[in-house]
Amino acid sequence: MWALFLLLFLPLFALPLLVVLGASFATNWSGVLPSGPTTAHYAAATRGEALQALTTSLVTAVAASLLALTAGTWAALAAAELGKRRRKALDALFVLPLAVPSVVVGLATLVAFSQPPMLLNGTRWIVIVAHTVLVTAFAHQSVSAALTRLDPGYAQAAASLGASPAYVLWRVRLPLLLPSLTAAAGLCFALSMGELSATMMLYPPDWTPLPVLIYAATDRGALFTGSAVAVVLMTATLLVLLAVSRIRTRASYR
Amino acid sequence: MAHPTTGGIRFDHVTVAYDGNVVLDALDLTVAPGEVMALLGPSGSGKTTALRAVAGFVRPASGRVFLGDRDVTGLPPHRRGIGMVVQQYALFPHMRVEENVAFGLRARRVPRAEVRTRVAEALEMTGMGAYARRHPRELSGGQQQRVAIARALAIRPGVLLLDEPLSALDARLRSGMLAELARLHRELPDVTILYVTHDQVEALTLADRIAVMDKARLRACGTPRELYRAPANAFTASFVGNANLLPVTVGRDGALLGETELKVDTGSAVPGASATLCVRPHLVGLGDGPNRLTGTLAELQWRGATHRLYVDVAGHRVMADVRELKAPPGHGEPVSLHFAPGDAVLLPAEVSADDR
Repeated sequence: MWALFLLLFLPLFALPLLVVLGASFATNWSGVLPSGPTTAHYAAATRGEALQALTTSLVTAVAASLLALTAGTWAALAAAELGKRRRKALDALFVLPLAVPSVVVGLATLVAFSQPPMLLNGTRWIVIVAHTVLVTAFAHQSVSAALTRLDPGYAQAAASLGASPAYVLWRVRLPLLLPSLTAAAGLCFALSMGELSATMMLYPPDWTPLPVLIYAATDRGALFTGSAVAVVLMTATLLVLLAVSRIRTRASYR
Repeated sequence: MAHPTTGGIRFDHVTVAYDGNVVLDALDLTVAPGEVMALLGPSGSGKTTALRAVAGFVRPASGRVFLGDRDVTGLPPHRRGIGMVVQQYALFPHMRVEENVAFGLRARRVPRAEVRTRVAEALEMTGMGAYARRHPRELSGGQQQRVAIARALAIRPGVLLLDEPLSALDARLRSGMLAELARLHRELPDVTILYVTHDQVEALTLADRIAVMDKARLRACGTPRELYRAPANAFTASFVGNANLLPVTVGRDGALLGETELKVDTGSAVPGASATLCVRPHLVGLGDGPNRLTGTLAELQWRGATHRLYVDVAGHRVMADVRELKAPPGHGEPVSLHFAPGDAVLLPAEVSADDR
């Protein structure tokens, strides 16, 4: 079992990441292993343009995750009150951005928001909107899955004690959903941090997220600098996910 | 917004249906203020649906539900001012015991100082005062149920709904909690209690009156003694206590079980009609006596203090609970049974007399 796991895990997941990590410290890679160890790429990857891009990515991902979480949770809560057929229809609608290629979502966002009165083209907001559209599906799915698992007995007990529906939502249902909400937030954040294809079609010059920078670096042949930026992206994402998972373990009750 | 509800519960022709499937059929039932009414029946009998109609979680297709003289049929659950305890406790896992108990009071915006005293009071009453700072997951099943009861009592409801509150507990805990509930009701004599259960012992022990339900319908309603001594029909006889139900033909001053003539009070039954004779097993004696039945022993169960005999009498199986026998008869041996004429009740014949 373990042997099979290692056999699949190493080449598929670990090796590519190790290669990127190795390349980020190298000045050239012509033999089996990279050579000429240096930290110069990291110096470049953590200041100026790259630092700016990291901030851009973080702000975009946080904003998109929060928007997606709000919209997705709201929709899931509303859908839970609907009949079975209409709930299915709503679920399908929310999964649509996943089924459609993200390039198409990017193009659609570009076309939709290039005309007044909703002229977002050329602003950072169009990137945030596109990311929100792309990740809301995940937020909606994980919250509605958690909602179906949530025992209705809690909300009913609360109602019988005299709590209005809003009070029940705020004090009972949302706290019980918190573990799923933070899990969904982490997923949305990670997806937004790595989003490239839709972003490529939309980003204005003053709002360049990190994946675009990595793409640009590798495109012009600066593989090692690109690798260093990629490691920075990876580290930043993992750190945030780790922080989110800390919240999650503190909020899980059983 | 919290209406104190006093004055009991009244079901006025309440019918509940899911997708055209009638689960509660025109229930008429009045629970007097301060009374403990048990809704007793097998699963699917509509007893829980009746309780949920009072709580407001099911809406009747027709009929009205009254709390006191207030028609609450169209009222959402949180405006009804009732306390409810369910089988699975439903304690909020993210709150401490004291926060759980305070929940209803905080939802009603009761001043903080009063919340504190009333939470302490409710926990004291259920013997859970020492556990206020714990989380529900740190408590045993019986303790969780006590907290659930404290939580329901903290809002001082006029009506308390208990939905199979002891079913999730093991047998020993159950009898302890049963005594506990009886004590609580003595301390709170003004609270009207509707107690849903499938356990006849709980109903007989706790209830002032029992409403027996079967297949969405109310089959009988009366004090435990009435239902036990003079059940109105075979279903009630078999569900409230054990019963021998024998198909008989009504005679002039007795009844005929096959060829055997039995002396019983025929009441208003018409001679020649078929009827069901109900005799409790513990009122059937072994040996010769009035209303003698002879048959062969089919099965013998030793239950410590008693022996239960299953005797085949003219094709019918008769149960008898007798004091432990020193020399019990063997299987297949001929056995005589008897019962006093006053211990038998003649019931109207039913299509399926032996369904239980």
